[in-house]
Amino acid sequence: MARLHYFGRLMDAFGTHAETLALPAGIADTSALRSWLDNDRKLGGVLLEKTIRIAINDTIVSEPWPIADSDDIAFLPPVGGG
Amino acid sequence: MITLTDQPFDPAEVLREFEKRAAGAGAIVSFTGLVRDASKLGKVKTLHLQAYTPLTERGITKAASDANKRWPLDALMVIHRIGDLAPGEPIVFVATASAHRRAAFEAADFLMDYLKTEAVFWKKETTDSGAHWVEPRPEDYEDRDRWSKTGA
Repeated sequence: MARLHYFGRLMDAFGTHAETLALPAGIADTSALRSWLDNDRKLGGVLLEKTIRIAINDTIVSEPWPIADSDDIAFLPPVGGG
Repeated sequence: MITLTDQPFDPAEVLREFEKRAAGAGAIVSFTGLVRDASKLGKVKTLHLQAYTPLTERGITKAASDANKRWPLDALMVIHRIGDLAPGEPIVFVATASAHRRAAFEAADFLMDYLKTEAVFWKKETTDSGAHWVEPRPEDYEDRDRWSKTGA
């Protein structure tokens, strides 16, 4: 099972900050995951935005990046503090 | 020294401690960022700061290390709030110490530009007209880009 995390405005879009999910067959990289998840949750393309980055197991990856069912996958909208 | 905290802090007290730690330096610069009481969407009620441990801490540590490589600093300090804040509360504090003023000014400015545009935080502002997530402004990215134009 993969652990998915949603931060910032994605937390509101998904209605939760995290979930555990069995990746469907054929969803083998971040690009496929974005499309499948966006479609599955009817997000209207939010997850396809280039400004949303993905961290796998606590490291931001350059995409597309392979994913496995044991991964911790975080979706990160544009960041900024202060 | 880098601290993420969900507790309020007193910038004056923190600065006094920093001055002790930086004893011998000829220049100390400090910056305190406060939660604004109004945004373009109305009167601010609360600001919520979300971080992603350990990415947030790791990123700020790297920025501090970059600042140390780029300027001759005697000491450096970053405090950033997470959780719920009220208008007027300190949200961020940066202090730098060096032999001379220029390095201290520039390093503090560099660290703030990092914190505004690259540090792993998300901000949700609640005003009297509702709640929304705040992302960096184009000016924030322009400010950050000044540091790469001059060569890292």
